[in-house]
Amino acid sequence: MGAQAQLLPGTLDLLILKAVSLGPLHGYGILLRIGQISGSALLIEQGALYPALFRLVRQGLLKARWGKSDNNRKAKFYELTAAGRKRLREEADGWNRLAAAIASALAAQPEES
Amino acid sequence: MRILAHVRSLAARFLHRSAIESEIEEELRSHIQLRADDLERSGLTRATAERRARIEFGARERLKEEVRESLGGNFVETLAQDIRYGVRVLRKSLGFTIAAIGTLALAIGANSVVFGVLNALILRPLDVPRAQNLYEVQYGAYGKADVSMYHSYPDYLDLRDRNRSFESLIAYSISEVGLDTGDSPSSVWGYEASGNYFDALGIQPYLGRFFHASDEHGPNSAPYLVLTYAYWQNHFGSDRSVIGRIVRVNKHPYTIIGIAPPAFHGTLLMFTPDFFAPIVDEEQIDGENDLNIRSTRWVFGVVGHLKPSVTPAQATSDLDSVASYLEKNYPKEDGRISFSLARPTLAGDFLGRPIQAFLTGLMLLAALILLAACANLGSLFAARAADRSRELALRLALGAGRGRILRTLFTEAMLIAIAGGAIGLWVSVELLSQLNGWQPFSRFPMGVPIMPDAKVYIVALLLVLVSGTIFSLVPMRQVLRTDPYQVVKAGRSVVGQRTTFRDALLVVQIAICGVLVTSSFVAVRGLVRSLHSNFGFEPIHALIVSTDLNMAGYKDAQVPAMQKHMVETLAALHGVDSVGVTGGVPLDMGATSTRVYSDRTADLRPANAAANPYMYQVGPEYFRAAGTSLLSGRTLSWHDDQNARPVAVVNREFARQVFGSEAKAAGGFFKRASGVRVQVVGIVEDGKFLSLTENPKPAMFLSILQAPSVKTLLVVRSNGDPQQLASAIRRAVRDLDPGLPLYIDTWIKLLDTPLFPSRVATVALGILGTMGAMLSITGIFGMAAYAVSKRIRELGIRIAIGAQARQVLQAALGRPLRLLVFGSAAGLVLGLLATRVLAYIVYHATPRDPLVLTGVVIAMALLGLVATWIPAQRALAADPLTLLREE
Repeated sequence: MGAQAQLLPGTLDLLILKAVSLGPLHGYGILLRIGQISGSALLIEQGALYPALFRLVRQGLLKARWGKSDNNRKAKFYELTAAGRKRLREEADGWNRLAAAIASALAAQPEES
Repeated sequence: MRILAHVRSLAARFLHRSAIESEIEEELRSHIQLRADDLERSGLTRATAERRARIEFGARERLKEEVRESLGGNFVETLAQDIRYGVRVLRKSLGFTIAAIGTLALAIGANSVVFGVLNALILRPLDVPRAQNLYEVQYGAYGKADVSMYHSYPDYLDLRDRNRSFESLIAYSISEVGLDTGDSPSSVWGYEASGNYFDALGIQPYLGRFFHASDEHGPNSAPYLVLTYAYWQNHFGSDRSVIGRIVRVNKHPYTIIGIAPPAFHGTLLMFTPDFFAPIVDEEQIDGENDLNIRSTRWVFGVVGHLKPSVTPAQATSDLDSVASYLEKNYPKEDGRISFSLARPTLAGDFLGRPIQAFLTGLMLLAALILLAACANLGSLFAARAADRSRELALRLALGAGRGRILRTLFTEAMLIAIAGGAIGLWVSVELLSQLNGWQPFSRFPMGVPIMPDAKVYIVALLLVLVSGTIFSLVPMRQVLRTDPYQVVKAGRSVVGQRTTFRDALLVVQIAICGVLVTSSFVAVRGLVRSLHSNFGFEPIHALIVSTDLNMAGYKDAQVPAMQKHMVETLAALHGVDSVGVTGGVPLDMGATSTRVYSDRTADLRPANAAANPYMYQVGPEYFRAAGTSLLSGRTLSWHDDQNARPVAVVNREFARQVFGSEAKAAGGFFKRASGVRVQVVGIVEDGKFLSLTENPKPAMFLSILQAPSVKTLLVVRSNGDPQQLASAIRRAVRDLDPGLPLYIDTWIKLLDTPLFPSRVATVALGILGTMGAMLSITGIFGMAAYAVSKRIRELGIRIAIGAQARQVLQAALGRPLRLLVFGSAAGLVLGLLATRVLAYIVYHATPRDPLVLTGVVIAMALLGLVATWIPAQRALAADPLTLLREE
């Protein structure tokens, strides 16, 4: 595991939406998936996940159903709704713009006179 | 419909609560299983893997809580949970709960009652259309010597016709008449009102018709009577056929033309009339015709709606132009005058200002009581929070959020506030409705129309919310600073050792109590003094027999003859010492004043008047019967009649103002406004005439034979039983004239009216003072008891190593007592400042009274003694052995 970055507020929802967009996942699977796609750079507290999931379901961005996991355990699977897909697109765009702006700001060199 | 849907979804959520709960539970279990599977795969045993998974996952209860919160809408759920928890906690400490609710109920009750009265008398406008721009035109201005709500009728006519600010001006006066509806005549009270009265106010009759301006055709031209709804109901059983019926008013035939609507009681708040009659019938109603006399100011109120675009300031300057017109045209009668606007419902500023000042002061004191109660409850809550620090720390350690704990405490505080407020409001509404039906005077239909309205309930609710918030905020800081680790380790909160904030609260509370105790002492002292003050007459062992010869149809020369006859008849009764006739007694309703001039003054314009004395028309023996002592000269006799030279007996203040000294006054002459020269034949002591709080006022007593009065009061002095004497008098007078309405009462009872304000003030302040004292006792008691219980081990050790009782007490109670002394001193000073307001109402309400000062100091000391007695006993009883064994 490399250095782990603290999550910025508000980014957890985005990560969850992204993780689920790649295919239906249960809660534990979402944690694993985020670790995997962020190259283990982002640490999410297990406890923080479920309130976020319930909130996203309530907002209609995710829908949930009970199913069987790979190793045949009963688990609740989440997938994106149309609204969730739209929200993911918007949030991702916004995030990319912000990240690019910050990156370019940080890349600025002092001018030589 | 949306609200309904919302409610249904809430209900559904409640019902499905357990379903949601178990679903969360199941999902979390599944999560842990999946994690354990992974861990197992990495080589751990199943048991170790599951344990590890659970530990990694953290506090499940807290998570469930957060999930529940994220579901939103379950504010209600959490609230319900908090309330259930709060009720459980409060029920566990029942004593605390009852004390807290009781304290708050008292404080909120007191506030609601005072606000209810304030609302009814000051804030609520008169119950007529467009009452907001209804104003009373006052003669003079508030704060000046000549201020009065009385006007002369010709002045009223000029005001009505010459102003450009009012839509129309109405005039009214209050009268008592003998009303004969077929059986025996009874005396009833009502309004003499100008013809435009009902039309200007915009009142429609309940039945029949009202009289109008077009009905006025000069004196006694409109023999019409309008009855109030209440009188019609009580005396005619709501008989609709009374319209058109002819009844006798003071023996004159009048036609009942209409019934006023149920909610209309005229234009004064505290007077409930029986009838309305046209003011042009003054001669038949009052027995005197003053309609054309500009120098007699008897019209009690001149009231009107301002025109929509006119401001009160514009109206005042408009009235000033009428005043200068009157001054120019009637220099002798009106002179230099001015007019001002005042609230219409409480007889202008005469009653309005003192009542407003008093009620505002009372409201302030009541608010202080509430503040004291909040401080009290706040420190109770803080002490409880300190005692519960273990429980709170445990909850924090188990993962409860601080916010959640604060919310629980807040809910507890609010439960207490709401319960206390509900009880307080209920009691105050009961009290107010009692007050509403209360008629303090038997002779005069006066009452306080108080119906609690929405405003009272809203204010009570606001007070509940504010006070609940205040006293729940006190322990908050403590909770926020609680460190669970420290508390659990040390077994007792580390915070709460420094109690400076609570100390400050207690000082404030004691100071507030000091203010209340001081003001109630000042009021009580004032009342006692006013009871023992020199009235200028002796009310004990005297009966007042009151009648109005006009009501029985006596005219001109018949009046003094009948009066003389009555005096002789009553003087012959068994046990009667002396009988005096008079047109009015001092300190009874209203006192007539009139201008007098020095004998040298030729130009009798008002500005040149030497004095403005109260005037009484009295017969021989009056001074003896009244117990007014004659200082020099002689009293009046039956020979001082129309044929003799006009004479007067004056009081000392009159002599001083008009003649410069008593010696010069004896035998001297002065002039009345009519130009008649009057000789002073005797000088009597000073007294009280209009109110107990007045400074010495000049008064003159004219011979009732030279200045006749149909109003006839007989002062009967006797040591006999008043009841028996009263019935003997009634029989004797009935033999003289069976149609004469009589009112008989002891003079002491009549003094209820002038004493009423100071009595009310004393009772109100006494109640508030007692409440303040009770709150202080519980506050100091709580503080001292808490201090002792916290330090009981230390005290035990002190006793064990040989401390004296005095030293133990000093250690245990030194601090509360210092706070008590400090708070009392502050309260005393503030209280003395506050009594300035009291001086309006209570006779000689002076704070510079050694008795009051000592009284307050002793009261506060007693209070401290009572409050610290039990804690002191506990401190002294601290047994080192038991305490050490417990350790």
